[in-house]
Amino acid sequence: MTLTLNHYLLVSGLLFSIGFAGVLLRRNIIIIFMCLELMLNAANLSLVAFSRFNVGADGLPNFNAQVLTFFIITVAAAEVAVGLAIIVALYRARQTTHVEDITTLKF
Amino acid sequence: MNNNDIIPWFILLNPLITAVLILFVFRKNHGTAATVSTMSAFFGLVGSLCAFTLAPTHTFVRWIDMPGLQIPIGVQLDHLSQLMLLVVTGIGFLVHLYSTVYMEHDESKSRFFGHLSLFMFSMLGIVLADNFAMMFIFWELVGVSSYLLIGHWFTRDAAGKAANKAFMMNRIGDFGFMLGILMLWSTAGTVTFKGLEAATGTLTTNPMFLTAAILLVFCGAMGKSAQFPLHTWLPDAMEGPTPVSALIHAATMVAAGVFMLARIAFLIGLSPAAALIIAWIGAITSILAALMATQQDDIKRILAYSTLSQLGYMVMAIGLAPDPNGGPAMFHLFTHAFFKALLFLGAGAVIHALHHEQNIWKMGGLSKHMRVTSITFLIGTLALTGCPGLAGFFSKDAILLAAWSNKPLFFIAWSTAFLTAFYMTRLYIVAFTGKERSEAAHHGHDCPAPMTIPLVILAILAVCAGWKTESYFMSHHAEHASHIPMLLAICAFMFGTFAAMTLYKGKDKEPLSLPLFRNKFYLDEIYGAIVAGTQDVLAYIAAKIDSLISGIVRLAGMAAWGVGFLFRLLQFGNVQGYSFVFGLGVVWLIWFVVFK
Repeated sequence: MTLTLNHYLLVSGLLFSIGFAGVLLRRNIIIIFMCLELMLNAANLSLVAFSRFNVGADGLPNFNAQVLTFFIITVAAAEVAVGLAIIVALYRARQTTHVEDITTLKF
Repeated sequence: MNNNDIIPWFILLNPLITAVLILFVFRKNHGTAATVSTMSAFFGLVGSLCAFTLAPTHTFVRWIDMPGLQIPIGVQLDHLSQLMLLVVTGIGFLVHLYSTVYMEHDESKSRFFGHLSLFMFSMLGIVLADNFAMMFIFWELVGVSSYLLIGHWFTRDAAGKAANKAFMMNRIGDFGFMLGILMLWSTAGTVTFKGLEAATGTLTTNPMFLTAAILLVFCGAMGKSAQFPLHTWLPDAMEGPTPVSALIHAATMVAAGVFMLARIAFLIGLSPAAALIIAWIGAITSILAALMATQQDDIKRILAYSTLSQLGYMVMAIGLAPDPNGGPAMFHLFTHAFFKALLFLGAGAVIHALHHEQNIWKMGGLSKHMRVTSITFLIGTLALTGCPGLAGFFSKDAILLAAWSNKPLFFIAWSTAFLTAFYMTRLYIVAFTGKERSEAAHHGHDCPAPMTIPLVILAILAVCAGWKTESYFMSHHAEHASHIPMLLAICAFMFGTFAAMTLYKGKDKEPLSLPLFRNKFYLDEIYGAIVAGTQDVLAYIAAKIDSLISGIVRLAGMAAWGVGFLFRLLQFGNVQGYSFVFGLGVVWLIWFVVFK
């Protein structure tokens, strides 16, 4: 059995679904945050897979998307820094990391 | 510029310098202000006497000088202005002298004299102006200074209102005046009187246009000379100090309109239609004012209505006999200035002696206590009513003679003469004869010399101003074709005097009651209703539009608020709920994009 694009996409979709389910169901913000990262990396995986299977006339795949993935990882790292800082600030203010305790922004 | 040319400039600028000096330097120094102002008025009189002997001159400096529009600032000394200068400065000096006593205890004496000098400057500017634009400037200055003088006692509500009324009524007329000047300029291309006189050929090419222009210019005279229907400000202007009433509202300012009409008599002569309308407006004013005067109780108001009536006479005479030298109108202006100033100053002396009592029914018997005042007042009355031999008789006779050709106008003029004799005799009999009807009347006394001297001088002039002076005003000597008008005028005088004597002799209160005349034909009320009505309608429309617009604005605001209210229900505060909805949205979007 050879690995095809669909296998990669299946794994990517599974990762995305697990991440989304975690975002919806978990209560701890840090876990939610990790799940968000999982979703992001699922998207990265599909991007790399598409790139790998997009073979040009010279028999080589198109590497542009793989380079793009590195950029995405870099930006994601920066985003994590900001997100963690927000979570720390939130914890200092509320002494909690549970989303069901943070419900003031509503009518 | 030789010496003779300097004199008119001196006459013009002397009161301006005085006014500036008083208002900026002697503001606090009341005694000096009165002296300086009176001295300056005296110098003005001397200057005018010199100017009277000079040959006509005309000097000017260029002011606005563009292609198509030249407006010089010039002084024009001619037959007409020479005499008017004498009247203005002569009466002006006597009034200044009189004011030094009358206003003795006034808190803002220096302001009064400063404004008096400013008024003299403006008035002399009108008299000497050689073009319409300059005349208009001084015309407005006269309006301002009369506003200041009427409102001198501005802490009194009535005085403030009267000043405003005078100013606004004058502005209505002046708007027409300005339009008239612009119309004349657009046809003739010049605003100087000499230029207009030379351009009569161009002006007469469109008679309708010329008539309209003259009538618009006449609107200015209607405001300033208080002609019907813009006359209502003059009686109210009596709220000002009495010397002001004498100077401004009897002898000079109100005469400015008549003087201006005499200045442009050559134009009026070109348009018979305009001349006829002017004559009729004058006649209507004279008879209405005379009727109103018969029922007034305030001594100054009677004189004010009498002034209105006499101004109507002059305007009628301008319309009937436009004459570059003034004609009967300027003749009457000349004599009227003396006896009306005399009457006002006499009334002022009475008011002064009776501690500001102005109701004639609270006077009575004053001839016993105030000898000089009552004799001079009687002379003034006789001169005004047209007693043969006195000044008013000659000028009134000249006007009646001019009106003889137009019988309806003659009848109105004759009735006015009769009514004049009637109400003036009523005034004299009620105020000066009989028994004293109030405590103050018992203690009446003649006033100090600076107040009585002007009375005596004016009384002498009121007697002899009409002797042999008529020919000065007539550019061509008219033969007295008919003696009937003169005889009728004497009849009017005798009937009027006799009727008033029989009716009012020994009466303690008004035997007649004519509310229509007493309330001035309800004209003030009618004007008030018109103004208030217009205002109400406009305000109603404005309020409707306003409520419509603010309704739309409010609706827009309400809509934004309502939509916001609906959407904020979606903010339920659960982060994971939001992500769930978001996820659903993404799924729906993918389904929509991929499978639809």
